[in-house]
Amino acid sequence: MQPLPLDKSVALIPDGASLMIGGFMAVGTPLRVIDELVRQKKSNLIVIANDTAMPGRGIGKLVDAKLLRKAIVSHIGLNPETQRQMLAGELEVELVPQGTLIERIRAGGFGLGGVLTQTGIGTSVENGKQRIEVAGRQYLLEVALRADFALVQAFLADYMGNLSYALTARNFNPVIAMAADTVIASADHIVPVGVLAPDHVMTPAPVVDYLVAHS
Amino acid sequence: MEPQAIIARRIARELAPGMLVNLGIGIPTLVANYLPPGINLFFQSENGLVGTGAPPEEGMAHPMLTDAAGHPVTALPGASTFDSAMSFGLIRGGHLDLTVLGGLQVDQSGRLANWMIPKKMVPGMGGAMDLVCGAKRVIVAMQHTAKGKPKIVKQCSLPVTAVRPVDLVVTEMAVAPANLSRSAFDRSVICAKSVTPRWWIHL
Repeated sequence: MQPLPLDKSVALIPDGASLMIGGFMAVGTPLRVIDELVRQKKSNLIVIANDTAMPGRGIGKLVDAKLLRKAIVSHIGLNPETQRQMLAGELEVELVPQGTLIERIRAGGFGLGGVLTQTGIGTSVENGKQRIEVAGRQYLLEVALRADFALVQAFLADYMGNLSYALTARNFNPVIAMAADTVIASADHIVPVGVLAPDHVMTPAPVVDYLVAHS
Repeated sequence: MEPQAIIARRIARELAPGMLVNLGIGIPTLVANYLPPGINLFFQSENGLVGTGAPPEEGMAHPMLTDAAGHPVTALPGASTFDSAMSFGLIRGGHLDLTVLGGLQVDQSGRLANWMIPKKMVPGMGGAMDLVCGAKRVIVAMQHTAKGKPKIVKQCSLPVTAVRPVDLVVTEMAVAPANLSRSAFDRSVICAKSVTPRWWIHL
């Protein structure tokens, strides 16, 4: 793990990159990193996340600034701007059931080709997907998802990059931390090694590539 | 009494001690207000909380303790928090006793449509498809009509949320088990057209 200032961390991300971003309605989203993506005017990004929050909040800021070419998310109902861009054909949106989305990401991070699920059978989600029967039950094959970068927000990070999360800010964060080529973590608090007991580490240091330093 | 309150109060009677329950956004959220006294159960917020409590008092909100709509909540004694994979493992793995969801349409075979109106409203399905497929019991909480037309229909014209039939539909006029019999379906439609506001199909 390498600590980096905020601007240098975000400078690692090229235009056109795919990003997994933690957070649920901007709770547990790395807000400083989002602001820096906007400031550096990244373009053509693919975002994989639970939602696009709302205008002016979290991932919603990337939508407002039109930095995205595609969003793979489960819910955009609280972001009218995402809906507007989607209906106007300005932004491609792939809507994925939330449980399927997190399992596809988990599969991507755990070395699996995909998962079998009953969610989506007989709905528009099934279009173009393979059905597989196991023990007499029908499942959809949902393939694994990975990204170039995971932008993770932790509550505590120690100097080595071990992470733990707080309350409902955990959500997608520990799962995306496993599923990207490069993991950039930021944290509310950076603490000495040893403050986080081994039992309380939720993301082990070896998967974290960069820790965003406090400004 | 408002239609939403009538619906929520009736659904609260389906709650039993020890249950793990997920309430959707809208009318379903109101069900928690009518929890019968003395019943201890767990409400789940699918963003990663079991033991969700009422909204905090003014000034007591924690920015990292929210429900699935992003609103501040409290955590009751015995609460637990976890990531989204665990949260949907609870839902999809058959650990959730009951989900209460809003609805746009429910059809005669019990199929629910509640996640989009093509070209008009495309909020995304969020956790709805997982909840209908995975919960042990699914209750739909919806007003009986929309713009004067019954929302219980012969066949959903809107994209369905799942093919699994829901278990119970509760409106301000009717409580109907899914897989409506022909006569129950007809009565539900008649009920929507009638001026009598309440006609309980089934209690």
